[in-house]
Amino acid sequence: MITLHWVYALAGAIFAAFAILGVADKSNKRARRTAAFWALLALSMWAGDALGDLGNGVLVLGLVGLAASGLGRGSGAVADAVRQERAGRFGNGLFAIALVIPVTALVGTLLFKEMPGWVDGKQATLIALALGVLIALVMGCLWLRASPVVPLQQGRRLMDQVGWAAILPQMLASLGAVFALAGVGDAVGGLVSQAIPQGSLLGAVIAYGLGMALFTIVMGNAFAAFPVMTAAIGVPLLIRTYHGDPAIVCAIGMLAGFCGTLLTPMAANFNLVPAALLELKDKHGVIRQQVGTALPLLAVNIALIYWLAFP
Amino acid sequence: MWVLLGIAVIVAGFVLRFNPLLVILASAVVTGIAAGLDPVVLLAAFGKAFNEARYVSIIWIVLPVVGLLEAFGLQERARGLIGRMRGATVGRFLTGYLLVRQGLAAVGLTSVAGHAQTVRPLVAPIAEAAAERQAGDLDDAEREKVKAMAAATDNVGLFFGEDIFLAIGSILLIKGLLEQYGINLEPLQLSVWAIPTAIAALLIHGFRLWRLDRRLNRADRP
Repeated sequence: MITLHWVYALAGAIFAAFAILGVADKSNKRARRTAAFWALLALSMWAGDALGDLGNGVLVLGLVGLAASGLGRGSGAVADAVRQERAGRFGNGLFAIALVIPVTALVGTLLFKEMPGWVDGKQATLIALALGVLIALVMGCLWLRASPVVPLQQGRRLMDQVGWAAILPQMLASLGAVFALAGVGDAVGGLVSQAIPQGSLLGAVIAYGLGMALFTIVMGNAFAAFPVMTAAIGVPLLIRTYHGDPAIVCAIGMLAGFCGTLLTPMAANFNLVPAALLELKDKHGVIRQQVGTALPLLAVNIALIYWLAFP
Repeated sequence: MWVLLGIAVIVAGFVLRFNPLLVILASAVVTGIAAGLDPVVLLAAFGKAFNEARYVSIIWIVLPVVGLLEAFGLQERARGLIGRMRGATVGRFLTGYLLVRQGLAAVGLTSVAGHAQTVRPLVAPIAEAAAERQAGDLDDAEREKVKAMAAATDNVGLFFGEDIFLAIGSILLIKGLLEQYGINLEPLQLSVWAIPTAIAALLIHGFRLWRLDRRLNRADRP
């Protein structure tokens, strides 16, 4: 059966190729350090399960050490004029190849769930995404008559631009696990339940909505905030004391948390990674654009809980 | 209560702009010490979580495809295409993308689009090209803003579409948590209440995109 481990093997191979091609890039003064970073990530993808928990911890120390000492950036961009000429020559077929990945992910997600013996249904989308990458690579190289080294070289150039931010989301997810182990959520819940005004329904609703958003800003993840705020305010006050509809309180409360996700660098994969990927000068440029949507929407969510959940 | 020091470390580290990876590690160490965890146990716990979260970093495998297509002129082609479409503005284009993204997420297809899959190769260059045509020429700040808005639109579409789907993680989390308090709900009862916020998100973000169009169009006039 095809499982997520096949995808890890593919990802490991791609990171390994980035490392090998990176060592040879003379334009990067920190070529070895940068290559070592991608090589460690390849090792994690290939052998993570065999390294043991402590081994993985040491691997993380290595990644962070390399990142903190400063990674370099490789070169190899194709000249503007060449790209312009090729764009005219190859035309809209370029879009077709670009759409292979989302379309394969879409079709694969639906199809793989019907083939339980062949593909792990829980991971259908990620497996289909990887399949889409392979199909797009083969089609692209054949049609554009490009050597297979071209996509790997160009991919490495883009990867170097993202740099250590590439593992930021994975690191934050791991920090969340340590927070859970240390009981950070319970401590915050204790603080919050002392701070809300007594006897006011509106006050309690605002505390719940704002608390979801604020705690999500701190943790970078509404999933971490939800159990804490619901235990501190949602269930005891809004649902038990004021008899709010639990489905409405919780469903919209979670979305109030999502407004917080739009506002925090801790949600790196949504907010910092695209800034790196789009080569923005301002690391927080994406967050800045989201403030104007997140704040009014948070107010709307709080109002919706107040109006809909308490008839 | 001392475990909250880890949160203080994160906030201070981000504000002072230390390397975020170091800040995360420092926060984990401080939190672990405050909770009385043995350093070796702490390192192993962090390593275990890192290994289990590998799927988060899989998305980078799309970069070779993006790199190949960009080397053969994908972004230039996107600019050429939008340049010939009359009436295509950055606001209208991104509003359309927002609708599609919300719609796909609402039927559970959250990973078919995203920053690496669609925003970098397609959405951002098209948005940039449309904005260029509207404003004549973009200065650096406007160019950054349009690109950032393309990424922001992807996030808004994803976040405020996905909870309409029954089997998404957050809906299952709510159901599981409420069961612990003796409240039994079906996923459908929860997911319908994501619809009002989804509509509000479309209206608010759509309004901001409309205003972006107006600002860019005004910049065109002498």
